[in-house]
Amino acid sequence: MQNFTMDESVPTEEFYILRLFVSGTSSNSVKAINNLRNICEMHLKGRYELEIIDIHQQPQLVKSEDVAAVPLLLKKSPLPVRRLIGDMSEREKVLKGLGLT
Amino acid sequence: MVKNAKQPQKAFKAVSIPKSPSGISGLDEITLGGLPTGRPTLICGSAGCGKTLFSLEFIVRGAMEYNEPGVFMAFEEKADELAANVASLGFDLKKLEAEKRIRLDYVHIDKSEIHETGEYNLDGLFIRLGYAIDSIGARRVVLDTIENLFSGLTNEAILRAEIRRLFQWLKNKGVTAIITGERGEGTLTKQGLEEYVSDCVILLDHRVVDQISTRRLRVVKYRGSIHGTNEYPFLIDEDGISVLPVTSLNLDKAVSSERVSSGIPALDKMLTKDGFYRGSSILVSGTAGTGKTSVAASFVNAACARNERTLFFAFEESPQQIIRNMRSIGMDLQKHVNKGLLQFYASRPTLYGLEMHLVAIHKAIRQFKPSVVVLDPITNLITVGSVSEVKSMLVRLIDYFQSEQITVLFTALSLNNIVNEQTDEGVSSLVDAWILIRDIESNGERNRGLYIMKSRGMAHSNQVREFVITEKGLDLIDVYLGPEGILTGSAREAQILQEQTGRILHTNALGRKDRELVRKRSLLEAKIEALKTEFESAEEELNKVYIEEELKRQVLEQNRQQITELRKGSKYRAATEASSSSKNKKGK
Repeated sequence: MQNFTMDESVPTEEFYILRLFVSGTSSNSVKAINNLRNICEMHLKGRYELEIIDIHQQPQLVKSEDVAAVPLLLKKSPLPVRRLIGDMSEREKVLKGLGLT
Repeated sequence: MVKNAKQPQKAFKAVSIPKSPSGISGLDEITLGGLPTGRPTLICGSAGCGKTLFSLEFIVRGAMEYNEPGVFMAFEEKADELAANVASLGFDLKKLEAEKRIRLDYVHIDKSEIHETGEYNLDGLFIRLGYAIDSIGARRVVLDTIENLFSGLTNEAILRAEIRRLFQWLKNKGVTAIITGERGEGTLTKQGLEEYVSDCVILLDHRVVDQISTRRLRVVKYRGSIHGTNEYPFLIDEDGISVLPVTSLNLDKAVSSERVSSGIPALDKMLTKDGFYRGSSILVSGTAGTGKTSVAASFVNAACARNERTLFFAFEESPQQIIRNMRSIGMDLQKHVNKGLLQFYASRPTLYGLEMHLVAIHKAIRQFKPSVVVLDPITNLITVGSVSEVKSMLVRLIDYFQSEQITVLFTALSLNNIVNEQTDEGVSSLVDAWILIRDIESNGERNRGLYIMKSRGMAHSNQVREFVITEKGLDLIDVYLGPEGILTGSAREAQILQEQTGRILHTNALGRKDRELVRKRSLLEAKIEALKTEFESAEEELNKVYIEEELKRQVLEQNRQQITELRKGSKYRAATEASSSSKNKKGK
């Protein structure tokens, strides 16, 4: 699930590495995936990498990445590392969290 | 204590819910078996009251002693910090974790790093916990402190729903869980966790009174089980947490009628010649400088002489000081120390709280196994606790001593000269024998008077004795009861001397009176003699007159007869004789 797209509308050229932890196919998970994809396509087209992880499948990773609340979006790059939780429905907050405002 | 507490546990086993022993010393006695198996228990308390250690000990003891692996999920401290913090208690978390007997997990939730962007749940936590539990087959779980979630996440509605779900999930998992919670104002926990965990709630408390802290524990509720309801002090030392049940509820201690000497023969004599009962508790109280420690030392000396192990808890003086001071009254305690019969345990009362003292005393006794114990003085403990606390501590101590058949002697300082039955830390009603040493002050000097306030189960003297401390040891002297009341010390000596003087004077006076009597007698006798002589002379005088008269009369009679004979001849002689004899009668 990787997208590489360039977007001229954003002046910064930083490359985003994102990880989204979801819990199975719950409604929150589905919403979070859809919302995030939307945002990324609009603002980070071509310069982001999104990995979606089902915590049920990889419980080991849950501990090492210190996941508690899900859905959790982990912005690994660019620094600083940010953690966003929720179904990503509050667009403004997501953009702020990603440093895109 | 342990023995007594275990019996009811057995008796209730049939009806009580299943319980998992916590392994925390004392707690399982209070809860009659431990925490409810397969249910969550809430442990709440303010910061620093020992919640984390308490729950961690539950996990570690479970893993080490009951073969129940456990998961410790920390929200406050990192796993490394935890391991370092409890290493001093001899818990090797790293090793246990490597052996898959425990699992530590640190959940870090920092508000500054987290942005909430909509609906979420705590599935991550569930997965982590579930994975940890399954990976080691855990039977015990600790969540310390789950309330931290509230500071990291803002959506309370979600959190509450999720926490409720979590507890239900833990119950379904069948793990025995401890959830810790910070104490809130007016509520047991800040976030009202007690709403969700209602099976067993234990409240920890850490109070600082007069700069000395005491930790206490109370089982607030325990559904489906009876439990001790008191506040029980507990402490944290190098062996972990120890909770001290205030006292075993029943009074069914074995008693001995064997007697032990007090070390002062005259005192033994006051107690029907044999001294105290073995295993009894003795209180020696008195004002400052009345010789309480000397009485205690004398008791110790006698016990050691009988080859009994003795433990001397000194809260005032150092052992060296006591040994030196007692040498001055003819007691060599050092030789008992050298023989290993006597052990001193000296500590400043303010060194730590009462409960710590209590546990320290317990520990020392368990190690040394003495048959005689001295606490000198218990009053100093008042500096670290209130009267009621000291009393409850002493109740527990006396209880313990009795169950161990240890004869114990307390000394207590009374602060005033007036004998007040309420003082002495209120232990006077607990002890079996109470000896009171009083100052008797008169004539500008102070002397000691000793008497037995009570001595259960034996006849004892009701007399006040003068208590003297000489370089040969302690002794009791019958006080002098003079016309002016009780006399002691030099007043007694003076009175005795005065009496001696009086006796001499008295004897002297008697002699003088005797002599006077003799003199008077002789005087009177002389007088009697004189009067006798006077009488004799008067009698003689009277006799003389009478004789003269008689002689005169005889002579006249003779003369007349002669004249008559000369005139009438002899024929008238008969008639004359008859008339003369009648005349003679008339003359008389």
